[in-house]
Amino acid sequence: MEYFIIIIGSIFVSNIVLTQFLGICPFLGVSGKLSTSIGMGGAVLFVITIATMFTWLMQHYVLNPLGLEFMQTIVFILVIAALVQMVEIILKKISPSLFQALGVFLPLITTNCAVLGVAILTVQKDFNLLEGVVFAMSNAIGFTLAIVLFAGIREHLDIMDIPKQMKGMPIALLTAGILALAFMGFTGLV
Amino acid sequence: MNQLQNFTKGFIKENPVFVLLLGMCPTLGVTTSAVNGLGMGLATTFVLVMSNLAVSLIKGFIPDKVRIPAFIVIIATFVTIVELSMQAYTPALFESLGLFIPLIVVNCIVLGRAEAFASKNNVLSSIIDGLGMGLGFAFALTLLGGVREFLGGGAIFGLKIIPGDLMLVFVLAPGAFIVLGYLIAIINRLRKA
Repeated sequence: MEYFIIIIGSIFVSNIVLTQFLGICPFLGVSGKLSTSIGMGGAVLFVITIATMFTWLMQHYVLNPLGLEFMQTIVFILVIAALVQMVEIILKKISPSLFQALGVFLPLITTNCAVLGVAILTVQKDFNLLEGVVFAMSNAIGFTLAIVLFAGIREHLDIMDIPKQMKGMPIALLTAGILALAFMGFTGLV
Repeated sequence: MNQLQNFTKGFIKENPVFVLLLGMCPTLGVTTSAVNGLGMGLATTFVLVMSNLAVSLIKGFIPDKVRIPAFIVIIATFVTIVELSMQAYTPALFESLGLFIPLIVVNCIVLGRAEAFASKNNVLSSIIDGLGMGLGFAFALTLLGGVREFLGGGAIFGLKIIPGDLMLVFVLAPGAFIVLGYLIAIINRLRKA
């Protein structure tokens, strides 16, 4: 039951992009086409889950026993950066087809604040390792849901007759605002 | 380019938020009020100036291949300094900005300026560039926060101008997207004119 609440809560009620404002850069930047947005979603799912696992272990077995909690930001960002590099190398070796699909998105993910944000939130919310991983995965699914929905809408926007000054980012932001309004309907679900 | 132009370019011509469209997460996430926007902007300015200073000082010693990780460590160090100082001296602001203070590390403006400007220019221009960009960012966040605070609660900087609640949705998540969208459209219009 607890896991169910974590899953529904992070996918719909407090969606990472539309209510928490994490991972906005890829959300606005890589949402031009449906296919690339699905690729980005897959890469984020992969990296967030692994990164949360590693940073959780780091926090509980290295930082806490040594009393180095104030080093959290530096250690986490280094872990994530190293991890992204490693995932890239390993993926290239063992699954070239998956690397083909996710490869171009991986370098972008180091500076995706959703990854660092979820890692910090997991520690702040005092989750155990399994809860943390479930939390991370459902947040990534929430990210994928938001970016795929948004890309679907933006593909239609391309053929619309939009005032010149509103073209590009302004109309995209307004669309995202309306999408966020729709997601507010989930408030109070859990 | 003279130093004055170098300083002022961050405000309108190359404003990080309205024109370069960088650092969107804190821009949308913390601007529920003008004070929050200003606080976040000044914290980012400090990190920008200090990391630009450090990067331009050591640019000759860092091997090219490891420069990005090195920049990230430098930035993370200054973010930690900001985080601890804010926790000690402005606990209320620290609470309301929450997660977004450690997330200054992954703010693309900071790394972007380190890579695009400070690693190629001398110390003085780098400091001025960081200051201009940072204050431009602070200006954008304060403007956005002020508009949202006014439309949502009829107040600016906590000062009540119109009694009662107005359109609460502007303080909530959708309002951030909508207000920023219109602000960028207005700035586009002004730049073309």
